[in-house]
Amino acid sequence: MNASTVTRRGVAVLGMALLLASCSGTTKDSAGQGPAPQATGAANPAAPVKTGLKMTFLPKQVNNPYFTVVQQGGEKAAGELQAEFKATGPSDASASSQVTYINTAAQQRQDALIMAANDENAVAPALKTARQQGMKVVTLDSDVATDARDVFINQADSRDIAVKQVELISQAVGGSGEIAILSATANATNQNTWIEIMKQELAKPEHAGLKLVEIAYGNDDDQVSFQKTQGLLQAHPQLKGIVSPTTVGLAAAGRYLSSSEYKGKVALTGLGTPNQMRAYVKDGTVGSFALWEPNKLGYLGVQAATALASGRITGAPGEKFTAGELGEYTIGAEGEVVLGPPTVFDAANIDRFDF
Amino acid sequence: MARLLRWESVLVLLLVAVAVVGSVRTGGTFLSGGNLFYLGLDIAEIALIALPLTLVVVSGEIDLSVASVLGLSSALVGTLWNAGWALELILPVAVLAGALCGALNGLLVTRLGLPSLAVTIGTLALYRGLALVLLGDTAVADFPASFTQFGNTPIPGTRIPYPILLFALLAVGFAVLLHHSSFGRSTFAIGANPEAAWFSGIRVKRVKLILFVLTGAVAAVAGIVYTLRFSSARADNGNGLELAVVAAVLLGGVSIFGGKGTLGGVIAGVLLLGGLRNLLILDDVSTEVLTVVTGALLLAGVLIPRLLGSRYFPAGRKT
Repeated sequence: MNASTVTRRGVAVLGMALLLASCSGTTKDSAGQGPAPQATGAANPAAPVKTGLKMTFLPKQVNNPYFTVVQQGGEKAAGELQAEFKATGPSDASASSQVTYINTAAQQRQDALIMAANDENAVAPALKTARQQGMKVVTLDSDVATDARDVFINQADSRDIAVKQVELISQAVGGSGEIAILSATANATNQNTWIEIMKQELAKPEHAGLKLVEIAYGNDDDQVSFQKTQGLLQAHPQLKGIVSPTTVGLAAAGRYLSSSEYKGKVALTGLGTPNQMRAYVKDGTVGSFALWEPNKLGYLGVQAATALASGRITGAPGEKFTAGELGEYTIGAEGEVVLGPPTVFDAANIDRFDF
Repeated sequence: MARLLRWESVLVLLLVAVAVVGSVRTGGTFLSGGNLFYLGLDIAEIALIALPLTLVVVSGEIDLSVASVLGLSSALVGTLWNAGWALELILPVAVLAGALCGALNGLLVTRLGLPSLAVTIGTLALYRGLALVLLGDTAVADFPASFTQFGNTPIPGTRIPYPILLFALLAVGFAVLLHHSSFGRSTFAIGANPEAAWFSGIRVKRVKLILFVLTGAVAAVAGIVYTLRFSSARADNGNGLELAVVAAVLLGGVSIFGGKGTLGGVIAGVLLLGGLRNLLILDDVSTEVLTVVTGALLLAGVLIPRLLGSRYFPAGRKT
């Protein structure tokens, strides 16, 4: 068989494939959507809380400090509820790496899975199969397709976060003056959502004294954020405060301010972790900043999983459940539960947190 | 007696050991139909790609671009689906694109005489880059259930996943090709001594080119399986998978220097790695220990036959 024969046969095969495909094809337009997801069964709020429930916590990846704190909260709730709680997961945060662990949890007949998804779609088929076998699925931090889980625990409502940051910067600069925002990347969805709501807040009469002069982007890179902070202060000599709604930006800005002539003169606030910001709070660079508490996220996740596995809730909007020391929660649209307003950290309380 | 002491026999013994320990440790769950179904799905892509890669390694070459071809195939499926093409057309086009990737590898190796290790490290980046150009960091997930069920549901009336049926068919084909055809004998001859093979009339470049094309095509098939299995076409699908496949091939007793190896050994190697991983996860062994055990097993797989000498472990036929 010479080369031209190979080519001719190849072309013939391809031609046949094209012909076949043009006769009957499954295209994006012709593909129907599956049946809409529905909460199964009816909730019985009076059902007894089951003990001895077996639960698996599946973080985005193991050995991630943030999820270690989430896990500690989960362990606390599991202790209170007398549930068996274990954490497992992949060492990389790729889209499909969690699927093996979902299938394993199903094989181990776990009552509930509490997970933060690496990819909203890649894990969905495995979750759906596991749910058909009776496993309850609670997502937290990062959601999956709504028909692949029972409840999603959202760490914070976007509006709560944005409003809190305007409140903090207003307090820090005494209600009036020029302020700037140091964000992550220009196309980060969550950052832009917050900034948009912050602008709406700033337009309200009670914030008339505050003037947003620039939005800088540090690309969530320590060095770039550091330089952008420097640039903001040089470009705006009257600047009174900086809001950085990203942990990388806030820490970098704190480092620059603490070692510059602006320390104590230009206010800084935003979203950060207590461990990163402790030094700057103690040396007076930063008065207060905010973030949700990851351990409460894990705590609420286990509480919701227990309520689901006990039949007290099904994940339908409007259902209520009590979550131990966090009090009562109501399930919102599409099975979403919001942890609550962000926690504010300052010199008075920062030593109580370790994450 | 020598036959009993072959490395392939050791692998089979280890497989039996994993099965026994597995069912004892997990109270029968390990060997349950449900778990074996997921185990089959878990190793599907590695098993598929290991088939042609075995022949490539036997011929004395290597292809490290296989996982990138998988990703490119996945990204191509997603892009064409978004463009409104029919899946019946997209799938053969994706396989053809994989064959073209393999052909480029093969041409660079055979026509320019470049080492396959260097060539395929280059195309590893090139094909992954093309996949990222196509899809970026977005995912395409709205494939119809009639197609994705092939990646997630067993063949009716059995516990066998469709991708494993596909693997079984291809395994028979590649076993015949490697061990029962003149093409296979040529492959062994080339791996053992390319110059001797050339002087004895074997068209060395032609054989190698075909092997690279086959590998590219099967890697693209694995990309389709991956995409349908996770209902998710992404450019980074299968990232890093090339190491797992090469590891399985080497554990299976194929000599990295070419000329030695059996397809049966490689299949046993794939099953052993997949089975052990499944067992350890099911037994709640931590991810860190899992990585250590896998690494140690691979070292043992390469070291033991060599330490004991080829007298006891003539790993596969030499033709």
